[in-house]
Amino acid sequence: MKTGLYPGCSLTGSARDYNESVSALAEAFGLELIQIPDWNCCGATAAHNLNKELSLALPARILALAEKNGLEEIVVPCAACYSRLVVTQHELKKNPELKNRISEVIEMDYRGTSRILNVIEWIDKYIIPLLPEKITKPFNYKVACYYGCLLVRPNKVLNYDRAEDPQTMDIVMTKIGAQPVDYPYKTECCGAGFSISRTDIVSKLSGKIIEDAEYRGADAIIVACPMCHSNLDMRRPDINKYWKTEFKIPVIFVTQAIGLAIGLSPEKVGLKRHFVDVKIS
Amino acid sequence: MARIGVFVCHCGENISATVDCGKVAETIGKLKHVVLSTEYKYMCSDPGQTLIKEAIKEHNLTGVVVSACSPRMHEPTFRKACAEGGLNPYLCEMANLREHCSWVHEKNELTTEKAIDIVRTQVEKVKLNSALQPIKVPVTKTAMVIGGGIAGIQAALDIANTGHKVVMIERSPSIGGHMSQLSETFPTLDCSQCILTPRMVEVAQHPNITLYTYAEVESVEGFIGNFTVKVRKKAKSLDEKLCTGCGLCTTKCPQKKIPNEFEQGMGMRPAIYIPFPQAVPNRPVIDREHCTYYIKGKCKICEIVCPTKAIRFDQPDEIIELQIGAIVAATGFDIKHADFFPEYGYGRYKDIIDGLQFERLASASGPTSGVIKRPSDGQIPKNIVFIACAGSRDPAKGIAYCSKICCMYTAKHAMLYKHKVHEGKAHVFYMDIRSGGKNYDEFVRRAIEEDHVNYIRGRVSTIYERNGKLIVKGVDTLLSSMPVEIEADMVVLATAGVANSGAEELAQKLHISYDSHKFFAEAHPKLKPVETNTAGIFLAGACQNPKDIPDSVSQASGSAVKVAALFSQNELTREPLVAVVNRMGPPLHSTCVGCFLCQAVCPYQAIEREDIKTRDGKVLKSLAKINEGLCQGCGTCVALCRSKSIDLHGYSNNQVYAEVVALLNEY
Ligand SMILES: Cc1cc2nc3c(=O)[nH]c(=O)nc-3n(C[C@H](O)[C@H](O)[C@H](O)COP(=O)(O)OP(=O)(O)OC[C@H]3O[C@@H](n4cnc5c(N)ncnc54)[C@H](O)[C@@H]3O)c2cc1C
Ligand code: SF4
Ligand code: SF4
Ligand code: SF4
Repeated sequence: MKTGLYPGCSLTGSARDYNESVSALAEAFGLELIQIPDWNCCGATAAHNLNKELSLALPARILALAEKNGLEEIVVPCAACYSRLVVTQHELKKNPELKNRISEVIEMDYRGTSRILNVIEWIDKYIIPLLPEKITKPFNYKVACYYGCLLVRPNKVLNYDRAEDPQTMDIVMTKIGAQPVDYPYKTECCGAGFSISRTDIVSKLSGKIIEDAEYRGADAIIVACPMCHSNLDMRRPDINKYWKTEFKIPVIFVTQAIGLAIGLSPEKVGLKRHFVDVKIS
Repeated sequence: MARIGVFVCHCGENISATVDCGKVAETIGKLKHVVLSTEYKYMCSDPGQTLIKEAIKEHNLTGVVVSACSPRMHEPTFRKACAEGGLNPYLCEMANLREHCSWVHEKNELTTEKAIDIVRTQVEKVKLNSALQPIKVPVTKTAMVIGGGIAGIQAALDIANTGHKVVMIERSPSIGGHMSQLSETFPTLDCSQCILTPRMVEVAQHPNITLYTYAEVESVEGFIGNFTVKVRKKAKSLDEKLCTGCGLCTTKCPQKKIPNEFEQGMGMRPAIYIPFPQAVPNRPVIDREHCTYYIKGKCKICEIVCPTKAIRFDQPDEIIELQIGAIVAATGFDIKHADFFPEYGYGRYKDIIDGLQFERLASASGPTSGVIKRPSDGQIPKNIVFIACAGSRDPAKGIAYCSKICCMYTAKHAMLYKHKVHEGKAHVFYMDIRSGGKNYDEFVRRAIEEDHVNYIRGRVSTIYERNGKLIVKGVDTLLSSMPVEIEADMVVLATAGVANSGAEELAQKLHISYDSHKFFAEAHPKLKPVETNTAGIFLAGACQNPKDIPDSVSQASGSAVKVAALFSQNELTREPLVAVVNRMGPPLHSTCVGCFLCQAVCPYQAIEREDIKTRDGKVLKSLAKINEGLCQGCGTCVALCRSKSIDLHGYSNNQVYAEVVALLNEY
């Protein structure tokens, strides 16, 4: 089956490394990913704070485009975009009137039939079954899997994993030979969108996340969200300044870790783009 | 010629707020055969009932329709009033204008029209009612109490002391329930064992009480005054008459590593065990699931050491059948355990325990002899956190209700801790302090003011371990929602009280209702808190909802009075609303063709076989016959009978047709 891909802005901007690793995996495992033609912004954190209709119309247009192009299933690697898309589908399913209204706004037919996968679901469905034969360099490291907020919340809507103590990423990591540490900070807030307006808050919150991962002896923090990644990786100098220390632990996308385990080069999975040096491969 | 009287009730404003009662009375008054149609504010009150009684005489009524609330509420009231007015009570019907109309609709003409329709159906029905006589059934004056916690114990003793026989069924090897596990009890801090164990002994020794422990109800049939209960006595693998309770076997059993239920898993017990030293009866049972002999076929050490040769490995479960007049369900409750909470590590951290585990740590007879030692390494915690409402009052966790007992026992726990560890610090995270009850709030204040327990109003979001400490992260909502972080040595969760395991199955066996949380349902939340919807079955204690000891005991005594009242009668009258298979003269005898399909569908085994015989004893025909003592009037057989030979008194086919036709006809 063809799977649609919604990259969203991060994967084409600050998280090109993530994008490269997703593409690299798709190529390595022979999976077809079709970028949704003419896709638009999902509304991110801004839209739903300003205008409810807009915040639903933007994702609805993306989903309608997927439907129009016969993409019954789409993968959304960015956890924030994923959340916006699933929430929209949920809201419009609940409220047929609103659904009709949104169809009018976007001037497109919207049915709400596409199945939306986050990156872990996509990996579980297409990569895990083929993984055992492909592993050439087991990812033999201790890892702290950091889920952040949007991958598993709101649980009632996403209906994915356990909101308070998620496990899915940990399980994926064990499949490539890594040893997940018991990590209580896996869903603590990284500071999210404050990255830009209140770097001090991000420094404080993300710093705790990093500190605890190092304390538990992890060699790397594994993430599945560009926002988490930029806070933990790109903001590292600010964090180190705030905490007056030198946190060294690298932050790696789950797709990058898998890529390394099947023998892809660090460049191929975008590791060279990181701010914090990844010395582990 | 029928002469029907119709009485429309306002039910205060419950009906009249949306239904035009005057119009209903007026319209119905114009119907054929209705000789009187009137309205009144409260028909069930004394003047209301007098109105009916007098009208019966004055208008020589042959039938009465009271248009008021649900018959479940007041049918007995109005039937009794009719009887007092000289009318056969079964010539009185109720039209339900409240639950079926006024409460569920808005005020408008359609609502009044619907009310008129409801009354019309009953007017047509009552014209076809026949004068019925109540059925008399004998009462078996033996009560069964299911569950031997404090509630069951109290109910059993109270009933037994009125001179009636009681059978107590307890599924564990000893009676005592949760109270036997408690250390000291709020609000007085008296020792739980000291007030409980004498009563346990009293149960065992009471001449009117027969105690079956390690036993469970298998099935219940029959009805009020006449239940037949099958009880499974699980094999204790022991001849109880020979066993002296010396306990030698329990000390020699090589299988020693079984988590001790009584100690909430904080101690170990052997496969042959007495649950706790003060157990009643003080005899061991073999836990066959863990016994080496039952697993591997070898061992039998207990048999060898037993001085009286009391061990019986081949003892089977025994099913006994008992005739019972009334049943008290007192099967108690359970609590959620620490593994219910993902945010607190799903039970991964040894030093996060639940309230019952804390009771055992604080108990002089517990695994630490009453010294508060934490499970992981036996250290005395210097900093302890109690979390109230763990799971309760949280719809996201599926438990929306308040567990009622935990505010109080949390205060007790914090206090007990401070009394034992003087230099220690105790913190309580709470949502609200719910301490309604005699001397209850004073008790909580004492914990705060005299024992200096630090109460923090706010929830705990997560607990994790670091550096050998449990990091408790929460919020103080009285300190402008400041985040709070406490490094604790031990955490006690006041986990939600939930229905006991097996509650749903038991309710189904007893045919009693239960709520969505599987707590047993009372017949009326205010006026019948002790009764169930099934006549002759009563509730006591925490099987209805989480309750403390005083509430459990009060309700138990209440249920005992209900049983005693029932047993004060020699005969019970039952509603004659039962099915009958028609009979007629020979040669037909009945239209029943003897297919006995009805026998197979009757849920109450009420259908028997009657042989019509010639004088010389030759069977001419076998016909179905309904045992009116057993029939519950469900009507299943009526619907099934292909030759239309069965009819239901009070709900005959003709009556039901008349109701339907009334709705189809203009008026
Ligand atoms: C941690 C904690 C501390 C507490 N502290 C206090 C306190 O200080 N003061 C206070 O007033 N209250 C306290 N309580 C409340 C108290 O425990 C209850 O009020 C009391 O136990 C209720 O008694 P019960 O007989 O209704 O139920 P239970 O004590 O639960 O007894 C029920 C009995 O029925 C048996 N049973 C269950 N199912 C079946 C079945 N199907 N067939 C046969 N038998 C069955 C069980 O084995 C048990 O013996 C506390 C509760 C907890 C959890
Ligand atoms: S036979 Fe069973 S109960 Fe008896 S001593 Fe052996 S293990 Fe224990
Ligand atoms: S009794 Fe107190 S601790 Fe228990 S659920 Fe109610 S409010 Fe919460
Ligand atoms: S009405 Fe018929 S089926 Fe129902 S209980 Fe009576 S005999 Fe049995």
